[in-house]
Amino acid sequence: MSRIARRFAELKKQNRAGFVAFITAGDPNLETSFEILKDLPAAGADVIELGMPFTDPMADGPAIQLSSLRALKAGHTMAKTLDLVRRFRTHDQTTPIVLMGYYNPIYSYGGQKFCKDASTAGIDGLIIVDLSPEEDPELRPHAKAAGLDIIRLATPTTDAKRLPAVLDGASGFLYYVSITGVTGSKDIDPISVAKALKPLKAATSLPVAVGFGIKSEADAKAVAQTADAAVVGSALVAEISRFVGKDGKLSPGAPEAVLSLVRRLAASAHGARN
Amino acid sequence: MSQLKPNSYKTGPDANGHFGLYGGRYVAETLMPLILDLERAYNEAKADPSFQAELDDFLEHYVGRPSPLYFAERLTEHFGGPKIYFKRDELNHTGAHKINNCMGQILLARRMGKTRIIAETGAGQHGVATATVAARFGLPCVVYMGEDDIKRQSPNVFRMRLLGAEVRPVSSGSRTLKDAMNEALRDWVSNVENTFYIIGTVAGPHPYPALVRDFQSVIGKEARAQMLAREGRLPDAAIACIGGGSNAMGLFYPFLDDPDVALYGVEAAGHGIETGQHAASLAGGRPGVLHGNRTYLLQDADGQIIEAHSISAGLDYPGIGPEHAWLHDMKRVNYVSATDQEALDAFQLCAKQEGIIPALEPAHALAYTGKLAKQLAKDKIILMNMCGRGDKDIFTVAERFGVKL
Repeated sequence: MSRIARRFAELKKQNRAGFVAFITAGDPNLETSFEILKDLPAAGADVIELGMPFTDPMADGPAIQLSSLRALKAGHTMAKTLDLVRRFRTHDQTTPIVLMGYYNPIYSYGGQKFCKDASTAGIDGLIIVDLSPEEDPELRPHAKAAGLDIIRLATPTTDAKRLPAVLDGASGFLYYVSITGVTGSKDIDPISVAKALKPLKAATSLPVAVGFGIKSEADAKAVAQTADAAVVGSALVAEISRFVGKDGKLSPGAPEAVLSLVRRLAASAHGARN
Repeated sequence: MSQLKPNSYKTGPDANGHFGLYGGRYVAETLMPLILDLERAYNEAKADPSFQAELDDFLEHYVGRPSPLYFAERLTEHFGGPKIYFKRDELNHTGAHKINNCMGQILLARRMGKTRIIAETGAGQHGVATATVAARFGLPCVVYMGEDDIKRQSPNVFRMRLLGAEVRPVSSGSRTLKDAMNEALRDWVSNVENTFYIIGTVAGPHPYPALVRDFQSVIGKEARAQMLAREGRLPDAAIACIGGGSNAMGLFYPFLDDPDVALYGVEAAGHGIETGQHAASLAGGRPGVLHGNRTYLLQDADGQIIEAHSISAGLDYPGIGPEHAWLHDMKRVNYVSATDQEALDAFQLCAKQEGIIPALEPAHALAYTGKLAKQLAKDKIILMNMCGRGDKDIFTVAERFGVKL
């Protein structure tokens, strides 16, 4: 059983929703990013989404755009992202890590080699925002051979006609993008999310995580009533931004602040069904 | 790359939007249903004679087509070689070829019941053309433009505002065309229900590269017929500048299966290919995925996109249309380049010799035309696409010459 499957099975047994924390690898620099990453599980992250920085993150709002650019400015590379996970795995062998980002850095690395190296480093799945189901057959066999889940996205525009294409080849979990918009932009509407989850749940046995637009403890709690997990990203990397000056200098305290926010959000998600 | 020569170079893209390795649909899932809808709507429109009739009517009476084929006699004498002809697409309404495509796309948007138009722009020519057709059909229009481009193309910014468009400055990344395209895609994801994205070049997710090519092919179709009428034969060479490559694709496409017509696409070499500061994705890039398609991109070893450089805002883009990438691999089109300085020299030469101030974009094509003219005999014919006029560039050129306007 994969780490992802095992984690969602545990959550189901405990009848609670999971909390998925997104941070960008290398943001604001390699060491700070590692400090945050290694303590995410203790702060309540059931699954970690690690952003692969890209110069042109066209599905992301300003918070994640800036986090990507901070990482790149600090000299981050794909090899360093894999290193980060390798180091994390010396502390934690059970928390699933899913890489999230855009296709070009993976394509540039070489799809087959990337899947092999990512799996060896301890990565469990891939969310590639701009690799549509129509285009991913070139990567899917390599991911499968390496034991990596391809996590697909369903959105408010995914109608009954489109859903089978999204689910075909999906594994790990399904990621429901709760707003029509970029990350961190609009406010989530828990009622329409609950309504949207029904046909998804009916069509797949995969767990469904909900993200894009969860900003507060109240949002996390509301989503966790119906979703298998709540994902928060923009709010976390925006917390890092608060410690980065206009000159790019980092003031101390960023890891503590991010982890404290994770603790509050995770507690809301975990306690939602009590 | 060794590949068999196809029977025709005009059969692409395949059903999934691929030109060989290139093209495709690399977009966020939110956009996928829309892109599939757009493809359906476009196929229906293509099969509907009333759509083409409406488009033809607007092209004739609003855009001013056909554009003339002009024998550039003084430049021909200047170079002392083959006859040089200009396809005068700078004489279109709004001063460039961009409106050919915008007119087609806005008619498609209306057919699909969309009520809001967005676009990205580099030099501002596509933004102006989009703002123009949006005004003509009474649709609200938002144009994304990099902050750096807003500075170097201020007349076009004012024109767009006069036309009632909202110009939104983009301050992310390199603050040029690529970032404007990112921001337009972000807008589209956020407003999928009512918004039509008028992409300005032969790039983006399928069906855009094919759709824009088809709308721009009017350039090559006219030029081919005009040349036959005028000279009784086809040209020996056809030349166009390339940023994303829409004017070039429009000129080349009707000539692709004419083996005796050599085709030349001129990329922007900026300060010189060897300096790394250029916008020549074929000469200095490698295949990658950006903005919905796979194509040649300027990128570093880690797959991060490198900022392009060109004196011409319209060529300042780190990618190129996927069909060009394929034609490059197939060796059907020769892709060459011209530097900022060569384009500036050609810009001045054309103004003085022909009384035509070209845009900086086709000035690149003209720079190469001069080079090729020196290699060809007098009985040969060169056809160059004069795809835009230079009024918008006088500030950039004046600054370069140290002249205060």
